[in-house]
Amino acid sequence: MSQSMTINLKIWRQASGAADGGFVAYTVENVLPEMSFLEMLDLLNEQLALKGEAAVEFDSDCREGICGTCGLVIKGTAHGPHAATTTCEVRMRHFHDGETITVEPFRAKPFPILKDLVVDRTAFDRIQQKGGFITANVGSAPDGNAVPIPKTDADKAMDAASCIGCGACVAACPNASASLFVSAKISQLSYLPQGQVERGRRALAMVTQMDAEEFGDCSNHGECEAVCPKEVSIENIARMRREFIKGAFGK
Amino acid sequence: MSSFRSLAWSSVGKKVITGLTGFMLIGFVMVHLLGNLTLFIPDGGHGFNEYGHFLEHAIHGWLIYAFEVGLITIFIFHILAAVTVAWTDKRKARPKGYAMVRNAGGKSRKGLPSTSMIVTGITLFVFVVLHVKMFKFADHPAVTYDGTTMKNLYAVVVEAFKQPLITGLYVTVMVMLGFHLRHGFWSAFQSLGLNSDRYMSTLQVLARVFAVLFAAGFVALPLFLYFFADAPVPGGH
Repeated sequence: MSQSMTINLKIWRQASGAADGGFVAYTVENVLPEMSFLEMLDLLNEQLALKGEAAVEFDSDCREGICGTCGLVIKGTAHGPHAATTTCEVRMRHFHDGETITVEPFRAKPFPILKDLVVDRTAFDRIQQKGGFITANVGSAPDGNAVPIPKTDADKAMDAASCIGCGACVAACPNASASLFVSAKISQLSYLPQGQVERGRRALAMVTQMDAEEFGDCSNHGECEAVCPKEVSIENIARMRREFIKGAFGK
Repeated sequence: MSSFRSLAWSSVGKKVITGLTGFMLIGFVMVHLLGNLTLFIPDGGHGFNEYGHFLEHAIHGWLIYAFEVGLITIFIFHILAAVTVAWTDKRKARPKGYAMVRNAGGKSRKGLPSTSMIVTGITLFVFVVLHVKMFKFADHPAVTYDGTTMKNLYAVVVEAFKQPLITGLYVTVMVMLGFHLRHGFWSAFQSLGLNSDRYMSTLQVLARVFAVLFAAGFVALPLFLYFFADAPVPGGH
């Protein structure tokens, strides 16, 4: 029988994007170690609802680490203190009874706060719309091995494609740069034959949109890779720069 | 169709500029260190003065001017690109910071060398200006070797490094150069796209080796002169 814990929270509350925000302290009792971080917040919200107070707003969807919807800065680290996990995969057993946990939203100018811990990440969608696609009509699924792709290329493409677009790279970057996200999307398509048609202009278009959204520039700290729940490597950022340089000297 | 200027000054373009100029500055620092090793020769500064004389008079004095113009241009682009990345754009992109920041560790390369780039960089720039003023535009006594009269830069250098304050400041700034290179060396490869998981660990080792070698070389020079050089003779040789 697991011991229930008492957790102290310092949560960023902000009524709307235009309103001023601030930290509010809460204490949640009867937290079980096997609860996820979000289930602990659910528990807090149930208690708040019973008291007639407004629930703490936060994003979540699949709650199994594949959708990229959830994302909080927990104790100063995006997606919490453990590597390769999303916020929904953080378990309360990682914290101790009576611990105070600071919870903040992802902070970046292109990720405006909508309410409390919910930020608007549609800037990522606008970057994707500039080049994160292929225009070729590839028809229905081809036969296996009809389009030969070297195993290593397929693996690298898959590694890049594992990006779930959660935005933790931006949140963790000291400069609030979106380089890891954008580079993952560019790399994924550059490895595959279907991605070759737009290859020359893809990096230019997506980087230009990234800059227009006013994300910061990259300083090669590599903090993004360390917090990425899918462990997307910063080698993709180097690859993005190669694609950009090639594109700039191309047609 | 984007203009060259907008591409060059995009977030990726600025990294390419910083990396390229960084490589050039590393080349300059390397040549500078190798040249200064003549200070270790126990010949009363003959070799060092001859080296300085050669630099100032090669190709009728045009070599040094060409390199000076080149270096100033490289410095300007390196500083402009890096300061927008690590200072102005950074502040714009996150107007409201976190109450708590804890480094993620693991594969992250974030640490004192990477986060202090702007501080070590600005310090190095101020240092370069003062360093040039102190030695290039000093009042040099003359010295004659085999009938050729030249500036006795060695005497100026020894006089400077016999002062503990100057030697102390030089040692401090050269340690900062080591920190700057620790992040800057591998970062230049990454910025130019010349990196992948295959090369990363090698580049990290090389960056450490480079940083230590350069810092050790430039720290050893003033310390050597402070402890072992003969005090300059008033009036030169």
